[in-house]
This record gives sequence, C-alpha cells and structure tokens, in this order.
Amino acid sequence: MTQAPLTERIDRHGHVGIDDYEAGGGYAAARRALREMTPGELIDLVKDANLRGRGGAGFPTGVKWGFVPQGDAAGKGPKYLVCNADEMEPGTFKDRYLMERDPHLLIEGMIIGAYAIGAGVAYVFLRGEYFESHRALDAAIRDAHERGYLGRDIFGSGFDLDLRIHGSAGRYICGEETALLNALEGKRAQPRLKPPFPPASGAWGRPTIVNNVETLCNVPAIVAHGAEWFRDLGLTDDAGTKLYGASGRVKQPGLWELPMGTPIREIVEVHAGGMQDGYKLRGILPGGASTDFLVEQHFDLPMDYGAIAAAGSRMGTGTMILMDDSVCPVDLSRNLQHFFAQESCGFCTPCREGLPWIEELLTDIEEGRGRPGDIELLEKHGGYIGAPGNTFCLHAAGAIEPLSSALKYFRADFEAHIERGGCPYRTGPVKRVGMGTR
Amino acid sequence: MSEPAQGFEPIEQLSDEEVALIEHECAHLPDRQSAAIDAMMIVQKHRGWVSDASLAAIGRLLGMSVAALDAIATFYNRIFRQPVGRHVVMVCDSVSCYIMGADGLARDIQKHLGIGYGETTPDGRFTLLPIVCLGACDKAPTMLVDEELIENVRSEDLAAVFGRFE
Repeated sequence: MTQAPLTERIDRHGHVGIDDYEAGGGYAAARRALREMTPGELIDLVKDANLRGRGGAGFPTGVKWGFVPQGDAAGKGPKYLVCNADEMEPGTFKDRYLMERDPHLLIEGMIIGAYAIGAGVAYVFLRGEYFESHRALDAAIRDAHERGYLGRDIFGSGFDLDLRIHGSAGRYICGEETALLNALEGKRAQPRLKPPFPPASGAWGRPTIVNNVETLCNVPAIVAHGAEWFRDLGLTDDAGTKLYGASGRVKQPGLWELPMGTPIREIVEVHAGGMQDGYKLRGILPGGASTDFLVEQHFDLPMDYGAIAAAGSRMGTGTMILMDDSVCPVDLSRNLQHFFAQESCGFCTPCREGLPWIEELLTDIEEGRGRPGDIELLEKHGGYIGAPGNTFCLHAAGAIEPLSSALKYFRADFEAHIERGGCPYRTGPVKRVGMGTR
Repeated sequence: MSEPAQGFEPIEQLSDEEVALIEHECAHLPDRQSAAIDAMMIVQKHRGWVSDASLAAIGRLLGMSVAALDAIATFYNRIFRQPVGRHVVMVCDSVSCYIMGADGLARDIQKHLGIGYGETTPDGRFTLLPIVCLGACDKAPTMLVDEELIENVRSEDLAAVFGRFE
C-alpha cells in the first residue's frame, strides 16, 4: 500500500485530472463510504486513525466531527462542512500545491466528511490570491458533477451535496475558523466569542465543521486502507504522513510528503539539501510565522505535534522557515510583527493597540533608537498581549510566540543593537563567504 | 453661491450582468446580506474598483446601508475603494520572501515603476501594493501581477516582466 497517500498521484501525473484520479482508485473510498458505512462508523474510523488537524492546531478530526449533532438533535435546517483553504500563514505553501495538482483528492475528502457529519452544503473557503487553485477546483467540481459525484443522490446513496467555492476578499484572520464563518456570511471577519463552537453553532448559526485542506485530503486513504495502516505511517505517536516544507537559504527549498515525525535535521539536510554555501542555519520557525523559534539543540527532534510542543513551539503547518546567519533576528522579528499588527482584525484592544506598539519598538531597536530596558519592555508587554484569555482569538498569542522565543535564543543580537545604537548586520559584513554548510 | 448638496451620492446603475451574477449568489444564501462581499467583488471585477456610487447601488439591491457595506469593504485587502491602474502589482513582504531579499526587490520595483506602495503610475498602467505571503515560499521572492503569480523574481527581470502587461 502507498506510503504517500497525498502526493503519489501528483508524482505520477503532475496535474491529476479526473480520469487519472479514478484510474488510481479515486472516488472508490467515497463510493464505499456513502454506500456501505454509516456516519457513525466513519467518525469512529477517523478517530481510530488518529488524524489530527493539519492547519496548525492539531485537533483530532474525528473528535471534532463527533461534536456535530445528528438526527433530530441537529434541529431544522442545513449543516455545513467548510474547507479552510485560506492559506495565508507566512511561510506556508502546502495547501495550494494539493489544490492545484490534485483537486479531486480534496473533493473526495469533502464528500466523505460532509456525509459523516450530515452536511448537505460544503464550501471551500479559498484564499483570494490563489487564482490557479480556483481554476483547478472549478474545473474539478464541474467534472465531478458530470459524473454524479456531487449534486443529488451521489453514488445512488441518497446523499446530496452541494459544493461551492467562496473566494476570500483577503485577511489573514479569515483563517481563524469563527472569523472565516463571519466572512462566509458576508460580514467583517472578526472572530466570535467561544463557546459556542462551530460544531454546535457555526455558519448562519447552524452546526458547522471547519477542516484544513490537507486534513480532508487524508480522509479518502483512511477509508480505503484503514485506521491501522494510517497510524503505522507515522514514525512517532502521531499518525499518517505530513507535507513538510522548507523555505529560506537552503539548496533545494520545497515540499515533501514524509512520514509524520521525520526529524527536523533530515528534512533540512537530506530533503532541502542543507544550507546554501556560505550560510549557516541559526534558527527555524517550524510551522509558519506564528510558531516559536527552534535552534540547534532541537534539530534532532521529530517533526510531530508532541515533540515540537514539548520543545516549547508548535508544529503548526509543518512548513518551516529557516533563518540563516546573514539574517538579523531583530529585523526579522520586526518583519513578523509588521505582519501581525497589520492583520489584526482590530476588535480586541491588546491585539489592536499592542501589536503596532511592539512593531514600533522593534523598528526603533533595529534602526538604532533602542534604549536599555527595551528588551524587558518587549517581554513584559508581549506577556500581556499574548496571554490567552485577554483576546477573543489566538492571533495576538501567535504573534508573540516567535518574538518571545527570539528574545530567548537571540538575546545577544537584541542587546548588541541597543549597545551599538544600530544593526550590526547592516554595518558589519553581511554575508560571510567560505563557511561550511554546518 | 450655493454648493451642491453634500452627502447624496448618485446611485449608479449596475449592469444587467452584474445584477444577474449578484442574484445568482443570493439564490443559494440564507439571506441577501450574506452576498455583500461577493457583490462587491463582482462589481469590482467589472469596474476595477468599488466607488461610493457602486456601494449605493449594491446597498439598494441587497437591502443594506452604504455604511454597513463600507465597513465590510474597508476590512478586506482585496476590495479597492479607490481607482486602481490597469494592472495591480502585489509584492510579497512576508517572512520567507523577506529572507530571500524582498525588501531590496521592493525598492527596485518602486524605482522601476517610479511609484511607492499605494500609488498608481501617471499613465494608469500599474498600481503597486504590498501583499502578505502568496504561498510560494520555496520560490521566493514572489509577486502577483493581476492573476499571475511570478516566482523567483529578480531585479534584473523587472523590465521584461512588466513589459508583458500593457
């Protein structure tokens, strides 16, 4: 059985059309699920497989599905399945790849997921700038409709599914699931106060499940090959494969489907080919901009939910950003906080007011206006802003993760900026030539 | 001398096609207000941007105030409330592109086009905006020109790239 359920068809065909997809056994899992399995059996299967959310939070998918009220308990009206395809976490480029290359895999995952929770309407909430993904999904949805895999009475099972694409008008906060639902309803994308959580009250007040693209893409193979097979793919306690990525000054930046729990060092040195000549790796953001830095002492850790969390960070999206020794950690922190300040929805005061203030302080330090005590100020205010419970959502908390860890691991750089009254990376030799890759 | 009355924007007439596309969205939504973002994106696709007069017309169609629509419009990056050039250039300024030299590239693009972020060239050809991560971090630095993603952008390629957009 396959070791690369997400990408094996892409490796064979490049762009996977509906005939390629079906020739490789595609839509057989959905056919079987809808004809032979009950929603409860599917939810138990996905729980048993230990599939966890690939959008960053890692919540068990089957458990989430199980929160949706079924039958009379659901009340009157539709239920919704929403695929969170609003990929906008800086450094993350995995969902776009799946949607552009193998859109039927996502559609099949959505058919099964919608059937499991009893949703008659499903949306792909798609990043507005993903024009190529939109075209690929549009065409695939049309092809699936023509063959009767979407619409009325799918596979003669009596199950109906209407699948639509909502192109986002663009804001990072739309990736937060309740903000996403407000955007889907045509409103400002401000996160909602929780509870209630979306499985109880989501889109238009109805039970709704929001799942990431890669998460849903794992579902067909779990149905086809079983929970035990899926669990066994992982090298550690976490199941399945993962689309890992690396960006920055490595020899071969890219994306690879590898067993869950592949060590960081193997991803960087084997798959990404190591650092470019003349550059040394100083730190990584393991799963996007809102994850804590990891440094040399962590590079032998397996990339999974548990090990990275135990090291004080998060696996996040699994697409790692590598910071080499030519990059100023203070200026990189300023870049990150500029992003988070700009993308705050503006509803909660600590986030709206605090993040621009952090950006300004970092700019001052970077440009030589730093003062003794600024580092402690950043730590103190970062602590207030990032503390869960001070804001409706985790945007501010996510912003502070890379900052607090940068202050911890690259403190000497911050101190040097303040002592020297400027950025050593700008006045000193920026690129050190001739050093080994490690 | 009397000034024209303030506060009364002319209500633009939406085209039959625009109305049909907006009604198509409304048809599968629980209420008409839920089509607000779709409606503004549809009008923008036809007119390049969303004017006050367009907002009034959309408001009349969906049963919403101009203020309510504007509150939504100003929240989102991709709804333009000012006219833009024939081509919109969006340069990624997020962290992976930053590591790969996006700040220097942005300066070169600004120099090449002779405009800063948020500005449009005097001939109306290009509007320049920053954008967050375009999801092509392994091919950084990146930018978007209209609907085309351009990867591994180098300063020396700018003339050739922009030359393709008249």
